[in-house]
Amino acid sequence: MKIKSERDFWSGLMFVGVGVGFAIGATNYSMGPSCPANDPCAANLWARMSQLSAHPGAGYFPLGLAILLAILGAFVLFKSLTIESEGGDPVGSFAWRPLLIIVAAIAIFGMMLEPLGLALTVPVLIVITSLAGDEFHWKGVLISAVVLTFFSWLVFVYGLKLTIPVWPRFFG
Amino acid sequence: MDLLHNLGIGFTVAFTAQNLLYAFFGCLLGTLIGVLPGIGPVATIAMLLPSTYALDATPALIMLAGIYYGAQYGGSTTAILINVPGESSSVVTAIDGYQMARQGRAGAALAAAGLGSFFAGCVGTIIIAAFAPPLTELAFKFGPAEYFSLMVLGLIGAVVLASGSLLKAISMIILGLLLAQINTDVISGTARYSFDIPQLTDGIGFVVIAMGVFGFGEIIANLGQPAEHREVFTKEVKGLWPNARDFKEAWPSVLRGTALGSILGVLPGGGALLASFASYTVEKKLTRNPRVPFGKGAIQGVAGPEAANNAGAQTSFIPMLTLGIPPNAVMALMVGAMTIKGIQPGPQVMTSNPQLFWGLIASMWVGNAMLVILNLPLIGIWIKLLTVPYRFLFPAITLFCCIGVYSLSNSTFDVYLTAIFALVGYLFYKLSVEPAPLLLGFILGPMMEENLRRALLLSRGDWSTFITRPLSSGLLIASVLLIVIVTLPAIRKKREVAFTED
Repeated sequence: MKIKSERDFWSGLMFVGVGVGFAIGATNYSMGPSCPANDPCAANLWARMSQLSAHPGAGYFPLGLAILLAILGAFVLFKSLTIESEGGDPVGSFAWRPLLIIVAAIAIFGMMLEPLGLALTVPVLIVITSLAGDEFHWKGVLISAVVLTFFSWLVFVYGLKLTIPVWPRFFG
Repeated sequence: MDLLHNLGIGFTVAFTAQNLLYAFFGCLLGTLIGVLPGIGPVATIAMLLPSTYALDATPALIMLAGIYYGAQYGGSTTAILINVPGESSSVVTAIDGYQMARQGRAGAALAAAGLGSFFAGCVGTIIIAAFAPPLTELAFKFGPAEYFSLMVLGLIGAVVLASGSLLKAISMIILGLLLAQINTDVISGTARYSFDIPQLTDGIGFVVIAMGVFGFGEIIANLGQPAEHREVFTKEVKGLWPNARDFKEAWPSVLRGTALGSILGVLPGGGALLASFASYTVEKKLTRNPRVPFGKGAIQGVAGPEAANNAGAQTSFIPMLTLGIPPNAVMALMVGAMTIKGIQPGPQVMTSNPQLFWGLIASMWVGNAMLVILNLPLIGIWIKLLTVPYRFLFPAITLFCCIGVYSLSNSTFDVYLTAIFALVGYLFYKLSVEPAPLLLGFILGPMMEENLRRALLLSRGDWSTFITRPLSSGLLIASVLLIVIVTLPAIRKKREVAFTED
């Protein structure tokens, strides 16, 4: 078997994977009321289904959706293996550098903000994210770091009165 | 005259000093971010949401609406001046608008776009005011089964009219619905998919998803592409007013664009994008012997689509305001913003918050008027902004998104979650799956589950209630028909062509 559309193949796989994952998760939650013995629902699947549907539990809706997603994903997967696409529709190479730098910068912002405040976090964020671009000039980056730190204090803390820590905690 | 009375209420709200100020700020901020290339309106609105956190519901929504129009106008400006559409609905504007700019007629193109949009905006406002009350009345007759089916139709319609693979788009809706299942079940109080993380029991914030997938996903994708050489037409922008001949050529296109956009905007998935594409196609067919051929700088190719996308942007508020069903990703954000402010979108908004409802509608007209005033004389400032290199822009955007996510509920957990969704957003981009349907599904998820459960409760677990109730079955049949029509080979080819116009 040969993959005819790489993008579709991986997206199909992603949908199936997420669908199956959510479906397994849904089994932890109640589907609805349990079935008492000697009730028609014990013998008849149809009766059991409508009994559950009348009082759906927490797991009912997610399970249905998850199964649906897995089925749709399987279709995408099937199509990617059977229908020719132009040039195999390759996913192409990942832009690892900007991807990792930006994601890391967001996470570092989250870690630094509460203990260290805007005054230290913003310059660090600006310097790190600037590394993701093609060009990096210390002078420009430092100037924009200073300007943006002041600007975000002015707009968000002073202007919009949002409660964001400004100085490191140990300064009081 | 109910219409006049209602608009009267609206204008008294919109013309208070405070609301005028926020409409102005919204337009200004929206244009400011909108002219920056590589940031779409969804990312723009998500990024600027924090600026409305401290406001009441009415000024907040007025400001957001202003941001939306501003972003649209700004997008057209970049499309005309540097051939980089700021957002997808100005892709067609770039075709003829950029050619006009190269011939030294940037001023005429900008004016045609601005005045065309203003006219369309005026008409759009009246249409909303006229059609909202009857639609709201209709919506009150809906039971849970009808509501559920309506949402199905809304979601299907939204992806049918968009570009890209239908199967993948529907999968993305379901994925969005599933992500919305990460919450605490309303009926049983069970925490679902929380992995014992307390912050997840309240669900994922829509701002987290919007910023992660749209904002950061776009930034990473932009950075991954080699820097392109941009030609900016800064010197040639003079003689802002179009001459008499331009006027004569442009106005029929503006009228047609407005009509087309108003209709397409109401449809699920329509809105600005579809309207501008459709208008360009219509103009190309209907304009006989254009003085300048299309694609070479025809003013009709700028005026028509620009009027259409603004009219569409306006009328797409109709389903959002009257039914609580967002027809596109931007309106999904509006619904989210309303929910943050404690207003449950739906037909009851008009009766329970008439000030908000009519004030918002009236402020749309105010916003459009402000944009014409802002854009035509201030064009020089926007042009300066275009020359700011991307290497200064993206760290600033990253910063504002981070602060915005954090200040939503002062939670660093949300920031970490956004980092994860940034990764996911880039993955979506690489796999060429459209993220907009995911956001729609995510926003509608809780409402859909609630209505589904209520409908099933009423029918004692009988699923056939959705097809035995005539209105509900009609809506579901319409959804199926939509899918069938789009998958017909002849239509499918047309659909592919329609979205690759350049």
